[in-house]
Amino acid sequence: MAVTGVPASTTNAMHNLAARDLRLERGARSILNGLSVDIESGQALILRGANGTGKTSLLRILAGLTLPDAGAVVWNGKKLKALSATWRNAALYLGHTNALKDDFTAEENLLDALSIDGITADHAAQLAALEKVGLADRRHVLSRRLSQGQKRRVGLARLSLALTHKTHKPLWLLDEPTNALDANGVALFSSIMRDHLESGGIACIATHLVLDLASPAIEMNLDSLTDSFEKSAR
Amino acid sequence: MKIAIDVQNSGETPDNAPERGFLVALARDVKLAARSKGEVIQALAFFIVVASLFPLAIGPESALLKRIAPGVVWVAALLSVLLTLPRLFANDYADGTLEQLALSVYPLPVIVLGKIVAHWLMAGLPLALLSPLLGLQFGLESRELVVLFASLMLGTPVLSMIGAIGAALTLGVRGGSILLALLVLPLYIPVLIFGAGAVEQAMVALDFSANLSLLGAILLLGGLVVPFAAAAAVKISLD
Repeated sequence: MAVTGVPASTTNAMHNLAARDLRLERGARSILNGLSVDIESGQALILRGANGTGKTSLLRILAGLTLPDAGAVVWNGKKLKALSATWRNAALYLGHTNALKDDFTAEENLLDALSIDGITADHAAQLAALEKVGLADRRHVLSRRLSQGQKRRVGLARLSLALTHKTHKPLWLLDEPTNALDANGVALFSSIMRDHLESGGIACIATHLVLDLASPAIEMNLDSLTDSFEKSAR
Repeated sequence: MKIAIDVQNSGETPDNAPERGFLVALARDVKLAARSKGEVIQALAFFIVVASLFPLAIGPESALLKRIAPGVVWVAALLSVLLTLPRLFANDYADGTLEQLALSVYPLPVIVLGKIVAHWLMAGLPLALLSPLLGLQFGLESRELVVLFASLMLGTPVLSMIGAIGAALTLGVRGGSILLALLVLPLYIPVLIFGAGAVEQAMVALDFSANLSLLGAILLLGGLVVPFAAAAAVKISLD
């Protein structure tokens, strides 16, 4: 196998994510029509909009999972190729599915996600992360038996543990991460986000909630962007 | 089944060395398969039942049974592998972990190769190990049994590889399992011909090494090309 000499991303380095004139069509429907945005280290992009306005599509494009019909995503000044090594070392994507194996326990799922991310954490650190999200006593329960909110919390444990690792991915793309979380869970999520942004990370979050991030956030409402051509399409 | 593959970093290789991706994917899929042992056993039982139907249908005519044995065992193995193909990617696709694998710090072809090897360990290797027993049932002799075993050892990994491309391409397609069969079965024909052919030649005391060498060549070529092709297919399916 070819060895890809990818420099490990460091949390202290400054990063910059830019979307240039992104266009995406699905069938006859235009989902994104020339969207551009610039985000720097320490900033969060909050995506708002009604269901079906393209929040998930935009996040998937930024993650490199979906190819836009036109336009480019630029990371630290370099145009990114979908799922290239640079991209895979930068982007962490949490979709609306929880990305958990039903047949694994909460703890095994955490370990699985971390090893896929190339992060090695000792048992004590894993336990601490599960403790932090309130799953310590549920860690040996199969994921299929966890509630929706508890499944979300496994994802939070992954984020919180990733933060303590020196080569963690700096670009977090989170699709409705607060879904099914209770008030305590949302507060926990916000605090993990604040830590991430403080350490120089970038976050793009699709959410319907108002988050207390304590740092400059760019709010983008996709409603207003899609309206214009839904009208023109009619 | 106790899985003892240690994927924790021993400190000798950097965290994102590509070869670790292979071990991570392999260990993960073997562990998942161990959680649903039923599926592994069912595929194996299917193999035995299909191969056992032929003596019942044709009757106890030992010369004829022996004559058709290589073909029957090979077709049964092929169908059994086909049944297990959706397990390769479909579950990961449904629960969202396939996206995580695609965005892993490890290159996707390396991960796909790990998944293919795990699939072969669970779906192909048991068939090869069991094939001498089925061969005995058809009255094959020891030399022929060895060739049957060798042909399946070389051929079943190829079935997993070709199947991986088909399984990745049919992700998320409605009625995907029939489409997968239609897509993959014609591509299995060369493996079937060389595999069954090797045993047939051993039966008439001809040199079977050419057939086995060809199977080995297909296996090596597949090992080089398939991980990239299947990874590309996964990317297309995720788009």
